[in-house]
Amino acid sequence: MSQYRVSGRGRVDTARPVTFTFDGKSYRGAQGDTVASALLANGVHLMGRSFKYHRPRGAIAAGSEEPNALIGTRRGSGRFEPNTRATVQEIWDGLETNSQNKFPSLKFDVGAVNDAAYMLFSAGFYYKTFMWPRSFWDKVYEPFIRAAAGLGVSPIEEDPDTYASRNLHCDVLIVGAGPTGLAAARAAAVEGLRVVLVDENPEAGGTLLSEPQARIDGKAAWDWLAAELEALKALGVKIMTRTTAIAYYHQNMIGLVEKLTDHLPKLPADTPRERLWRVRSKQVVLAQGALEKPLVFHGNDRPGVMLAGSAQTFLNRYGVLVGKRPVILTSHDSAWYAAFDLQDAGAKVQAIVDTRADVDALLQSEARARGIAVKLSHTATATSGRLRVSSLRINPVAGGTVGAAQDIRCDAVLMSGGWTPSLHLFSHTKGSLTWDDDRTTFLPEKTPEDCVIAGASRGLWGIGAALADGAEKGRAVAEALGKTGAQVAYAIEADRPGTGVSHKELPTDLSAGKAKAFVDFQNDVTAKDLRLAVREGMRSIEHVKRYTTNGMATDQGKMSNINGLNIASDALGKKQPQVGLTTFRPPYTPTSFGAFAGYHRGEHFEVTRKTNIDSWAEAKGAVFEPVGQWRRARYFPKPGEDMDTAVRRECAATRASVGIFDASTLGKIEVVGPDAVEFMNRMYTNPWTKLAPGRCRYGLLLGDDGYIRDDGVIGRMTEDRFHVTTTTGGAARVLNMMEDYLQTEWSDLNVWLTSTTEHWSTVALNGPNAAKLLAPFVEGVELTEEAFPHMSCVECTVAGMPARLFRVSFTGEIGFEVNVPAHLGQKLWDILWEAGQQYGITAYGTETMHVLRAEKGYIIVGQDTDGTVTPYDAGMGWAVGKKKPDFVGMRGLARPDLQAKNRKQLVGLLTEDGSKLEEGAQIVFDPKQAIPMTMVGHVTSSYDVGTTDQPIALALVEGGHGKMGETVYIPMPDRTIAAKITATVFVDPENTRLKI
Amino acid sequence: MLLIHCPYCNETLPEVEFAYASEAHIARPTRPSETTDEDWAEFLFMRSNVKGPLYERWRHVHGCGRFFNAVRDTVTDKFLTTYKAGEPRPDLSSLTEGLK
Repeated sequence: MSQYRVSGRGRVDTARPVTFTFDGKSYRGAQGDTVASALLANGVHLMGRSFKYHRPRGAIAAGSEEPNALIGTRRGSGRFEPNTRATVQEIWDGLETNSQNKFPSLKFDVGAVNDAAYMLFSAGFYYKTFMWPRSFWDKVYEPFIRAAAGLGVSPIEEDPDTYASRNLHCDVLIVGAGPTGLAAARAAAVEGLRVVLVDENPEAGGTLLSEPQARIDGKAAWDWLAAELEALKALGVKIMTRTTAIAYYHQNMIGLVEKLTDHLPKLPADTPRERLWRVRSKQVVLAQGALEKPLVFHGNDRPGVMLAGSAQTFLNRYGVLVGKRPVILTSHDSAWYAAFDLQDAGAKVQAIVDTRADVDALLQSEARARGIAVKLSHTATATSGRLRVSSLRINPVAGGTVGAAQDIRCDAVLMSGGWTPSLHLFSHTKGSLTWDDDRTTFLPEKTPEDCVIAGASRGLWGIGAALADGAEKGRAVAEALGKTGAQVAYAIEADRPGTGVSHKELPTDLSAGKAKAFVDFQNDVTAKDLRLAVREGMRSIEHVKRYTTNGMATDQGKMSNINGLNIASDALGKKQPQVGLTTFRPPYTPTSFGAFAGYHRGEHFEVTRKTNIDSWAEAKGAVFEPVGQWRRARYFPKPGEDMDTAVRRECAATRASVGIFDASTLGKIEVVGPDAVEFMNRMYTNPWTKLAPGRCRYGLLLGDDGYIRDDGVIGRMTEDRFHVTTTTGGAARVLNMMEDYLQTEWSDLNVWLTSTTEHWSTVALNGPNAAKLLAPFVEGVELTEEAFPHMSCVECTVAGMPARLFRVSFTGEIGFEVNVPAHLGQKLWDILWEAGQQYGITAYGTETMHVLRAEKGYIIVGQDTDGTVTPYDAGMGWAVGKKKPDFVGMRGLARPDLQAKNRKQLVGLLTEDGSKLEEGAQIVFDPKQAIPMTMVGHVTSSYDVGTTDQPIALALVEGGHGKMGETVYIPMPDRTIAAKITATVFVDPENTRLKI
Repeated sequence: MLLIHCPYCNETLPEVEFAYASEAHIARPTRPSETTDEDWAEFLFMRSNVKGPLYERWRHVHGCGRFFNAVRDTVTDKFLTTYKAGEPRPDLSSLTEGLK
């Protein structure tokens, strides 16, 4: 058995040894150990280096609040996690762990030079040290900060684990399965309520696991616990261990993270690593207990200095003596019991040093009976030892004067500065807190949620008080849920209630300016830093926190908040509640990204919408791009083609003969009803009354501010029926906007709106041979200039399929859009593809579509407009119905700013040197002006792969419509490009190519 | 995540089914062309931005699709009530009485 393992103590199974490694060295622990308890059983206290000063550190706590003992854990390749708390990670055969933040080794770390240069790293050192000279920022300071920041190293491999998420609804959720939570669970469960009891530890019991001496209802604590858990299960209570309540959201929704595999030597098949539970509970009982505070004195961070309650836990839960010659340093009764337990387990307690003058006589006589020296009214002023504490320096304090020092040799210092109720989840509810002067702590007051807080988390101390309060609160929530609620009482023996006082940093006879008395261990914040922050003008605790980083580490100040507040309020000369407490934010403990992501990763990160023709495009080797949630074919490269080559070929083929394009993703809205035309008149800028059935028109949709929101071709199928198309990404937005006006402003209109985007597959044919190709398949209409002119629409039959046929063009060529029921899209495509072979039909993607439309000056909303462009700015005043009494945006367009002369207007640009402009590039009138230049617009679209003989661009330029032929300049990092302002139409301005 | 009561479906459902639709009881002028620039700017841009109970609109977008009104406290994020579009503003004092 290991050197520090105590036979007959603890809940670990020493008959089942477990071998793991720490920094490459093999250690043996027992089944049930954490990394920390197993290392301590081997006499290893040094587990890490601190963040800023690289000081040697050991575990200070035994639970999830641990700030120091952060390690990396590895399970084969791909499974590495940094910053795991050694006090939480359970060991299994083969587990590899490593210390962090050290170079070259944990025992000799060159970064510890920071410790000697501590003057540089005082409060606010980032702001002071890295200020000057300015030129040092990029090359010196930032790389330094980046290299020094953070503790562990991020994993670089993709996480091979899976993460699950579930919903859970219950009557009562109880957070914390200590005596309070157990009693609350019973009180609620006996009433037949659905109760869920969660605890972050591997087993339920809380304090009971660390206090086996207690007797409940005549049974030893652990026997009672085992029986009670069975009884609760029999009552139907769902008990979830290794499950942390990370956050309390609105209306009693609590996030739980359940860890399923991190403690297992072999990963079970098909089991997620973690499971995120979204719990909605009618009532919640918070029974998270309390966290012990350190005492603040010089050298309180040396390995071997730890919390007394944690030492008691290591002994009673894990059977580990954290030291054989410990000294106790305390301001609270609880540490006396820790001393007694360690002494009774074979340690030689060197002394109990208490800061108080008056301590319960019973405790003192128990100490004397064990032969333990007692030092009352003492302070601690230093520790010594390099990688492990070897002595504690104490001084008597009388009348505020610190007396002569005395060194006590020891191998551990077990400290207790009292206990802080765990208010994290309560604070997530926006619960208010009230300061309790007697206990020097904040206590919970009111919460807006259906939630009660019980036991030690509201300042009650001892197992008896916890059980009684848990039972009472369990009954209260049962009553709130309409049950009668029975009184339950527990008989407790050997309970350990107690009291204590809370301190700022302990008084000292040494120079306070050189003291390294740590308040926040993880962020290396000392008492001196906090006082300096106050001296330098920080008044609010929120400012002190940010200036010093106190409480900002991954432990979120679980140990440091109240100590920090005591010191800051003392420095400010104010009471603690006037200085205030910083805000607790979720998650309660560090949580993996995997748990939050759950199933939403890889292909499931977001929905991918595919058209009926998508698999054809994939088989043809299309390169896809995401548009909204759609996956659209961007171009169809032939072997050896890059994008530019492919797009050039697709453009040329479409202008020369015929191109085929999958336009199914276009948003489609069916506007139907007796008032449909009136509704369209009010929604769109264009006049619709005179549009005959069978005709279509390009429609512009504005917001009431007068700016372009969306556009699309709209066909009037019958008197009372419009087939509205929208941009691919704008469909849902446009329907929402239409519904908004229809439901809330014009509820008198008799109109129905239906999204039909996914009801239709839309195949577009464009090019001089488009009509020739399509005509043989169309029944019901002649595809001639006379019978079916440009901007016509009709319900007809195409290749035997019911269809809505539109003659429209987004390319400047003769164009048709054939809409057939969605599931027939591929069938239609195949027929046209086959028949089109005689014309050399070419499939094109969105990139060619973009180029061809830009050559014609057709805008893309969201690319050539940005939410500040009016129809007039875009050169589309012709689309605005001047005689209508009102439409959405009409009044907005009349605002003086929108009527202004020098607005940015859409124009074409042709560069003088024939180079291609960059989309987004800024434009100036005078390239010789001083920097910063006056920017007068930007390039919105730019292409050099189309059918024009030089690159083309569209741009928004101040007063551009009045500057045709003038030269503007586009300054780039390496040169300035001159470009001439032109009209936006680069191909066939007379639209002769639209004619059949 | 909030639970929101849809006054049309008469069901209390998770927030993900709903979409926020800004402040309520801001009527679009019936004759926009006759409004002054000031009045139009008031309608278009000015919102009350209260700290406390706010009359606002929501849409049950992944449900019945209806727009409805709500009173939500912007401090606590609590819904005090929801009601159908077109119904008068509920009196605030009657809503806040029953609160803890």
